[in-house]
Amino acid sequence: MALCAAAFLAAATPALGRDLTICADPNNLPFSNERGEGLENRLAEMLAREMGGAARTVWWAQRGRAFLRDTLGAGRCEALLGVTAGMGGVLTTRPYYRSGYVFVTRRSDNLQPEEFGDPRLEALTIGIPVTGMGYYDTPPAILLGRHGLADRLRPFAVTSDDYEQPNPPAHLIEAVASGEVDVAVAWGPLAGYFAPRQGVPLWVGPALAEAEGVPLSFDISVAVAKSNPALRDELDRALDARRQDIARLLSEYGVPLLPARAGGAISPAKAGVP
Amino acid sequence: MASRRSAITAALLALLSASPVLAQADKARPPARTTAPEDGQWTMPSKSYDSTRYSGLNQIDRSNVGALQVAFSFSVGVVRGQESAPLVVGDTLYFVSAFPNILYALDLSKPGAPLKWKYEPKVNPSSQGVACCDTVNRGPFFWQGALFFNTLDNTTVSVDAATGKERWRTVLGDINKGETMTMAPLVVKGKVLVGNSGGEFGVRGWLAALDAGTGAIAWRAYSTGPDADVLIGDQFKTFYETDRGKDLGIATWPAGAWRQGGGAVWGWISYDPELDLIYYGTSNPGPWNAEMRPGDNKWTDGIFARRPDDGAAVWFYQTSPHDLYDHDSVNELVLLDMPVEGRDRKVLIRPERNGYMYVIDRQTGEVLSADPYVHITSSRGVDLKTGRLLYVPEKGPVTGKVIRDICPTAPGAKDWSPSSFSPETGLLYVPHMNMCMDYEGTEVNYIAGTPYLGAEVKMYAGPGGHRGGLIAWDPVKRRPAWSVQEHFPVWSGTAATAGGLVFYGTMEGWFKALDAATGELLWQFKTGSGIIGQPSVFRGPDGREYVAILSGIGGWAGALVSGDLDPRDATAAKGFAHAVTDLREATTKGGTLYVFALPR
Repeated sequence: MALCAAAFLAAATPALGRDLTICADPNNLPFSNERGEGLENRLAEMLAREMGGAARTVWWAQRGRAFLRDTLGAGRCEALLGVTAGMGGVLTTRPYYRSGYVFVTRRSDNLQPEEFGDPRLEALTIGIPVTGMGYYDTPPAILLGRHGLADRLRPFAVTSDDYEQPNPPAHLIEAVASGEVDVAVAWGPLAGYFAPRQGVPLWVGPALAEAEGVPLSFDISVAVAKSNPALRDELDRALDARRQDIARLLSEYGVPLLPARAGGAISPAKAGVP
Repeated sequence: MASRRSAITAALLALLSASPVLAQADKARPPARTTAPEDGQWTMPSKSYDSTRYSGLNQIDRSNVGALQVAFSFSVGVVRGQESAPLVVGDTLYFVSAFPNILYALDLSKPGAPLKWKYEPKVNPSSQGVACCDTVNRGPFFWQGALFFNTLDNTTVSVDAATGKERWRTVLGDINKGETMTMAPLVVKGKVLVGNSGGEFGVRGWLAALDAGTGAIAWRAYSTGPDADVLIGDQFKTFYETDRGKDLGIATWPAGAWRQGGGAVWGWISYDPELDLIYYGTSNPGPWNAEMRPGDNKWTDGIFARRPDDGAAVWFYQTSPHDLYDHDSVNELVLLDMPVEGRDRKVLIRPERNGYMYVIDRQTGEVLSADPYVHITSSRGVDLKTGRLLYVPEKGPVTGKVIRDICPTAPGAKDWSPSSFSPETGLLYVPHMNMCMDYEGTEVNYIAGTPYLGAEVKMYAGPGGHRGGLIAWDPVKRRPAWSVQEHFPVWSGTAATAGGLVFYGTMEGWFKALDAATGELLWQFKTGSGIIGQPSVFRGPDGREYVAILSGIGGWAGALVSGDLDPRDATAAKGFAHAVTDLREATTKGGTLYVFALPR
């Protein structure tokens, strides 16, 4: 059945008046939730309207490594928002923003770390997101590990942790406010959205581009199946047409932005020291 | 695909057959207490507690195996990797399927061996999302009228072998913590020994013993943490200095990291009734990124000897301290008595993931020898004085750095697929891989709103261009007697017989019989799908000898096919999918039991 759906969707001519079917996580603010309150929910509406139709959402939790295969791969939907540009196995549009990992602390502590070798970190409890094949595969995990701070880390699982609770990844930011950790290194949009919503004033540092050869900044795009370059091109046109609205949307959600890479080209998937 | 013989074979064979018959004490042989007269059954995956997987049946032999044919087959009804060993007790054949772990009982007394009963444990489907390496199961264990097996969602079940009725079930772990269970239990002195899987998911590994009659947990020995949890006490008389000290399961980790330290127990257990010791190994430490866990990371990647009654640890040896390569130490431990430098010793042989053939004194844990059995660049040997693996620093993975030609790969020289031993030839039949890998820097990945970095690992064939094979290793002479190459890694177990044969399967689906003395291919049959299961040999109710194997590609090596993975994704199946992209041309998914016999 999945094969039929994929064939149907791929064969549909991307003309005006068509709806845009996307897959989205029902519980993952600031990006998306079942009530449509996420920035990607709003972006999907925007793009669909620009293309002359409405956004139809298939709710699919990004719980495991198979999420690309189970969404685009299985033909459940034709587009996936919020994917790193150039990611393998799919086609991606030009990025609609570039952001980076940020440090987050309590304002009252007057701590504003800028780098991973900051000696003050040695006495602090540091919250980081963890995920990936090696589990500790997020850039902050790698950098802090290199600086011998593995002892100081408190991991916050991005997936597989407490999915019954609202927005599990937000626990990382909540942990700074509650004092469970002294500092967090979080993905920019997550911090930009949840930090102002805590009961305690938090400081969010600037988005970092890279440190010690490890990338901390990433371009975010819309992904479609490799067999659908026509839709990708159409989405590129829609993203371009709505550039101003998207800038306002990102600002509303507090996304820390970094300048686009030179030429606005799609970043390659490969990163790191050649 | 062609099998090639090693050049050593002809000359060596001539020499061996010309020498006088060696006295018992001069040959490697299974321990006397674990050797029972052949009764034509196969009641546990390892055949016997010494894990030699040797059948004393000789009706099928070198002279007639060429005529072997399918006697009957049975569709498993599940097309994921089939790793179970088919057991035979009396006139019934038993095996466990991949998820949803159906326990099948076939009636060998009737033509075509029809289904006698099946038991469906009703496994939580979410457990499939937490299985790292396909939703496999390595088989049941028969003991005193009951079968014992594990479900993917962490339940050990006891089922009446005659009726298929459940006797008890015990939940031992939690999929929400990343735990699953795939291993085949071992029952020793009324205790059902079981362990968890999940070293990839930040679990804490353990081995537990359940009362065979009631399912009550008698003891649980963790693989990390304080001595009290690891059951290290007065009986612990471990051989090497590096393994002595208080609470090393905490001290050899950064603070708190031992709680998710891995050391899962998903592989094989052997037992010596004379010494009253069980032997098993622990998996990789977590997390994979070694930079996060400075220290030796005890007690992961090592071999424990324990007392079955209370789990008390007697010795431990770490095959890969501070693991850099995911070299789980869970492979089979073959118990043999054999001459080592002129003296008869009680040893265990461990064909290890890291590429060394360990011969270890099973009374003390002293390493007597550790010879490479594959091409190795990641280490330069084992220091027998200290017991430590000597890593080559330049081959240690560092995030962002390109490092080439690391041999063996993460799956190693050999993964869980068990070897067999023939007391007739004195050889150990080792299914293995011949692969190396490059770390090509980082690749950006993303999930649920979090970008992260994956290591871009490229695996490829090692020297010679073949990705696997079968080695007939002489444990006394410490070198191969012969070897056979295969196009793909060999991920099936082997079984040896008194008919002078060794059986194994290939990832393309060939089931083969080789001459155990020379490696000559004497017979092969193309089954419906790649083989990653374990062969067994039995005598049917009609008095004829049969050989059984499950066909059905999958497991870590075959996940590309069984899991419909994208071979362009360099991180799919932890980098393995990329190494066997041609597997999709060679086989498709399947799930069938094949049982072979000579024509009537």
